[in-house]
Amino acid sequence: MNDAPRIPVPADYHAFPDAHGRFGPYGGTFVAETLIAPLEELTAAYTRLRDDPDFQREFADDLKNYVGRPSPIYHAKRLSNRIGGAQILIKREDLNHTGAHKINNTIGQALVARAMGKRRIIAETGAGQHGVATATVCARFGMRCVVYMGAVDIERQKINVYRMKLLGAEVVPVTSGSQTLKDALNEALRDWVTNVADTFYIIGTVAGPHPYPMMVRDFNAVVGREARAQMLEQYGRLPDVLTACVGGGSNAMGLFHAFLNDRGVRIVGAEAAGEGITTGHHAASLAAGRPGVLHGNRTYVLCDDDGQITETHSVSAGLDYPGVGPEHAFLKDTGRAEYVGVTDDEALAAFHLLCETEGILPALESSHAVAQAIKLARELPKDKLILCNLSGRGDKDVHTIAQREQITLQKL
Amino acid sequence: MNRIDARFSDLRASGGTALIPFITAGDPLPDATVALMHALVEAGADVIELGVPFSDPMADGPVIQHADERALRNRVGTADILQWVREFRECDSETPVVLMGYLNPIEIHGIERFAREAADAGVDGVLVVDCPIEEDATLQPLRDAGLQRILLVAPTTSDVRLARAIDAAEGYLYYVSFAGITGAAKLSTADIAQRVAAIRAGAKVPVAVGFGIKDAQSAKAVAAFADAVVIGSALVGALAGAVTSDEVCRGAHGFLAPIRGALDGR
Repeated sequence: MNDAPRIPVPADYHAFPDAHGRFGPYGGTFVAETLIAPLEELTAAYTRLRDDPDFQREFADDLKNYVGRPSPIYHAKRLSNRIGGAQILIKREDLNHTGAHKINNTIGQALVARAMGKRRIIAETGAGQHGVATATVCARFGMRCVVYMGAVDIERQKINVYRMKLLGAEVVPVTSGSQTLKDALNEALRDWVTNVADTFYIIGTVAGPHPYPMMVRDFNAVVGREARAQMLEQYGRLPDVLTACVGGGSNAMGLFHAFLNDRGVRIVGAEAAGEGITTGHHAASLAAGRPGVLHGNRTYVLCDDDGQITETHSVSAGLDYPGVGPEHAFLKDTGRAEYVGVTDDEALAAFHLLCETEGILPALESSHAVAQAIKLARELPKDKLILCNLSGRGDKDVHTIAQREQITLQKL
Repeated sequence: MNRIDARFSDLRASGGTALIPFITAGDPLPDATVALMHALVEAGADVIELGVPFSDPMADGPVIQHADERALRNRVGTADILQWVREFRECDSETPVVLMGYLNPIEIHGIERFAREAADAGVDGVLVVDCPIEEDATLQPLRDAGLQRILLVAPTTSDVRLARAIDAAEGYLYYVSFAGITGAAKLSTADIAQRVAAIRAGAKVPVAVGFGIKDAQSAKAVAAFADAVVIGSALVGALAGAVTSDEVCRGAHGFLAPIRGALDGR
């Protein structure tokens, strides 16, 4: 946790990535030759649109009127009192349209796709939140939508599968490999390489080849920009600690980015420790992995000594990923952020505690961040402020939780 | 001279087209790989592309994906593959061997260590699917160890990047015949002939064409305008059901010999 920085601390964290998509030694463009041209085309288009006031105005307008931004910061007083330590503040991304932060990014990318004249959209999804957010914007923009989803995830996230279908998307089960998020990503890349001419790939997290880690971060960075202004307005100061769950890391990057140069703000990412890091059944790429190359970028990965990606485990499908966004790898190695594991059991306990004390039902992914906020609150005095990103709501997980706790819904 | 350059030099002298079969190391049977390599040479292979299995082969279609999964279930690792090349070299000091795979297994093994061990084992070239020319510096240790870096060129490759690839190319340039994954079936030789001719005009190394070539007929069509034809998925698929080493070798010979015959005009 307190490792010395492995790479030099930069003067300005907002200067990354460089022109090659690198965050220090991480990131880059590690894809098959066929995808280089469409990635170059995308980088050029996005670079142009990023500085286009009309594009930014339309994006901001959609975030306000379609998504319902800004999302509030809520002081979880009863939860904080129950813990008896620092104050826990919650950034309510769960209140966004479609119930998670994912919509910030899919709107942004759909606008890029439209500007590039692409009419067919593909996406990968783990928990289904990104798939739903993609299907949603495709319905709204009148685009064809194909979502790749691991067969295992389809089984544990049936409600989201049905939501995607209601929204007009085609959901393609992926049965290769571990049949989870990483395999859905492989399959989406295979689709893209085959249909590059008319297809836009909306990646759901801050991973993948350049420019995705940058672009997805930029679209989610609204979370941190809003939160920073809200903190100054509501509390007259910045929070002492930020925490967010990290699978691929898009909600965390969204919250963290605006605060990266505020060196006094401590940043803690909560990874899925599953059944415990020592058991090997987890998805904590930063806490327990090593630098490697997966899905187009150099980052921390979970793999064996032959470089084969290992199967991950987490109670939450959205964190069940053996890699992580390259900017998180960079933040870890520069010492700017800490990354710690939260187990399935800890996440579930936090889920129940937030339900009972605040009337908020968090997603299992976000429950990892809540659990970490609770741990931090115990260690810190009452006048400290912990800002926790509640990235999504938990309605989709009710079935999983009931099953895990051996409750039969029909018998209630 | 590197074995790859020597082999293509001989072919140029005789006017032949190189036949390059691809197999996944350790598939369908881990202890059949060395015998399979010899069988491919007997059936007329000029270069062997030996696939290093990877858990997440994102550029490959279902046939190679399944081959990788089978090999990994048999716990085939980098050390095994290098050992098989070493054994192959005991009886064959001439046929070039190119390892083809993804970057992560090489990085985790240690690129310098991998380069040294592969060169010692008798590997001649390495094709890393997910390491485009932009990330070339990553693989410099391979070149330093005397291994040739085989580069891919695709229909989507821009003229600017093609020029860079031609400049950096060693051994041969591998032209991916269509935008897609391995094993897909939409080969259109008329479309690619013109493109390959343009690449050959500028290239200092031979141009091999792969993706979508599945039999003697398609191989012969491609041979009309390419220096080499690569056959992967169709061969791997044909061997998938074999349960003994003999069966694997007979299957490989039966698959490849007619293609060799067609290329040689027999």
